[in-house]
Amino acid sequence: MAPALRIDALIDDPNTHVIVCCGSGGVGKTTTAAAIGVRAAERGRKTVVLTIDPARRLAQSLGLRELGNTPRAVEVDGFEPAGELSAMMLDMRRTFDDMVLAHAGEERAKEVLANPFYKTISTSFSGTQEYMAMEKLGQLAAEGRWDLIVVDTPPSRSALDFLDAPQRMSSALDGRMIKLLTGPARAGGWGVRKVVSAGFGLFAKAVSAIVGGQLLADASAFVQAFDGMFGGFRERARKTYELLRSSGTAFLVVAAPEPDALREASYFVERLSADAMPLAGLVVNRTHPVLALLSGPAALAAADRLDKSGDARLATAVLRLHADRAAVAARESRLVARFTKAHPAVRVVRVPAMPADVHDLAGLREVGDKLS
Amino acid sequence: MTAAGWNDAISRVRLHVVTGKGGTGKTTVAAALALALATGGRRILLIEVEGRQGIAQLFDTEPLPYAEQRIASAPGGGEVRALHVDAEAALLEYFTMFYNLGFAGRTLRRMGAIEFATTIAPGLRDVLLTGKVKECVGRTDEHGRHVYDAVVLDAPPTGRIVKFLDVTRAMVDLAKVGPIKGQSEGVVRLLHSGDTAVHLVTLLEEMPARETIDAVGELDGAELRPGVVILNRVRPPRLPARSVTSAADGRVDASRVRDGLAAAGLDLTSDDLDGLVAETVEHAIRVQAEQRARALLAEVDLPILELPESTDGVDIAALYEFAETLVEQGAH
Repeated sequence: MAPALRIDALIDDPNTHVIVCCGSGGVGKTTTAAAIGVRAAERGRKTVVLTIDPARRLAQSLGLRELGNTPRAVEVDGFEPAGELSAMMLDMRRTFDDMVLAHAGEERAKEVLANPFYKTISTSFSGTQEYMAMEKLGQLAAEGRWDLIVVDTPPSRSALDFLDAPQRMSSALDGRMIKLLTGPARAGGWGVRKVVSAGFGLFAKAVSAIVGGQLLADASAFVQAFDGMFGGFRERARKTYELLRSSGTAFLVVAAPEPDALREASYFVERLSADAMPLAGLVVNRTHPVLALLSGPAALAAADRLDKSGDARLATAVLRLHADRAAVAARESRLVARFTKAHPAVRVVRVPAMPADVHDLAGLREVGDKLS
Repeated sequence: MTAAGWNDAISRVRLHVVTGKGGTGKTTVAAALALALATGGRRILLIEVEGRQGIAQLFDTEPLPYAEQRIASAPGGGEVRALHVDAEAALLEYFTMFYNLGFAGRTLRRMGAIEFATTIAPGLRDVLLTGKVKECVGRTDEHGRHVYDAVVLDAPPTGRIVKFLDVTRAMVDLAKVGPIKGQSEGVVRLLHSGDTAVHLVTLLEEMPARETIDAVGELDGAELRPGVVILNRVRPPRLPARSVTSAADGRVDASRVRDGLAAAGLDLTSDDLDGLVAETVEHAIRVQAEQRARALLAEVDLPILELPESTDGVDIAALYEFAETLVEQGAH
């Protein structure tokens, strides 16, 4: 049996300052993050929850859709925590805008913000959301207003994107490539062999034949205006990365009892280990444990017997639905066991599925209870 | 009113785009559909474009290269081939064809130049992917016959599908002349013609159902053609219909259950009996949620096909069973 993950131990530890909920999209990360936030606040921590893509009703009930890219105190009838709870939804565009404004003089900043290429990368670039989530976390930590920050992560397919995407974005925005494209003469100055630089000149021509001249011009203007700010961006990302590796941070990997989600969780656990990042444990959401000790086959055999007589239709139905559930429970156990065999030291907690979607404080409290 | 099933208009479609909310089983359904369409001796191409290697995982094979290869045979002599489209490889192929880059191109790829080009213009990636799909759909052999009887595309999820298929918008940042412009015009024609349909995979749950409805609205707005809705992982309701409402409210006649169990020779503890009752209540609540999801989906007035939950998970045998189930529901 895998060691048990006890969320209260994590929440109550005064040395825990950041809890990051990672995992592939669709496994209930946002709900888990919000539930931990509620529980932490009720247990006395001054907590803030940073959500990324909350479902509409949950966002409404926690007041996350209010305008603004800063946390707001959660005010709900019947919620009087011993600590405090604030929450927010990440606005990646605004976070990016704020970074630009913080790092450049007013003139430069205006140029960048008005640049069409900037508009594209600040909204539809792969990696921007992850990058801005990291940046926002860094800001919240620096503010010192809360002693616990719970972070939701973007819903990408790959759990590792949260760690990797910011770096990819940095590399893409690094001016080198784009300077090469817009100033082929400079390629020679890199000392690359003739044949490649000849190819590169041709490449630049080919790319500009495909990517419109306007886009290249905008990108070039962006890079020139952005130049110099970039060091600041990189430095901030590095600082936040260090925060993630510190002893006050705990990573929670969230998964569902499905092969894809557990595979992603596995990759993530291995990556955390390789990067010496602190893993608190695995949360397996939406499990369907049996609630009665009766094997599936025994239930089916009994149902068949009852079918023959034709009475007891309710009992027959109950036996069959139990048998279905036993089969699902068995499959889920097998999948989780595969994970725990590969990662025996990782603490695990299973959160049984709730009958309805969690979309309010009461639901979050229930999830919190199940996590502990 | 439910729409009729898979009809002749859909069977004439050459490009079946399969989308759905993440987690609904899109790749599984796309693969099952490909097998279904190949049944009876046809050759179908199954394409994936998100770099996931989901097809390889499903068929339990090595990661697929950027090349069409046979992945399964279908009943009646049919064949499914698979293609994993890598945007960078597609761009390199393009450069080689139109700009004669070849060898230098490989070096550029190593430098990350190709990845950069597809990153700097987000639309370029989508244009390349849909361009490759179109090339496969339209490809003919030396006798002028289509190489593939149909193509099934395991497409991006519902949140991104219209943007992905909106080639015109993707082209805004790209050159106004040249081969890529010409090709993209052909893609636009294909996607908006009767040769293309967009099928939506969903579960009988509120959020996927709502996303399905939203996506159908967006598709209609973009003049793209919705095909069928495929309900995935459907579980049989076990309670008699008239018992569902009261059970969902927590009212289950425990003593009646106990008597029935006794008649079957089972003598459970009261804890276990309570457990069975609790499971029954949860089941009933879920059945009600499924009924609500069905009612929601009926609003979009599209044909609906169903695939059952596979209690042991999805392996190749299950895929063939799903294909057969789809064929029985008229997929051809």
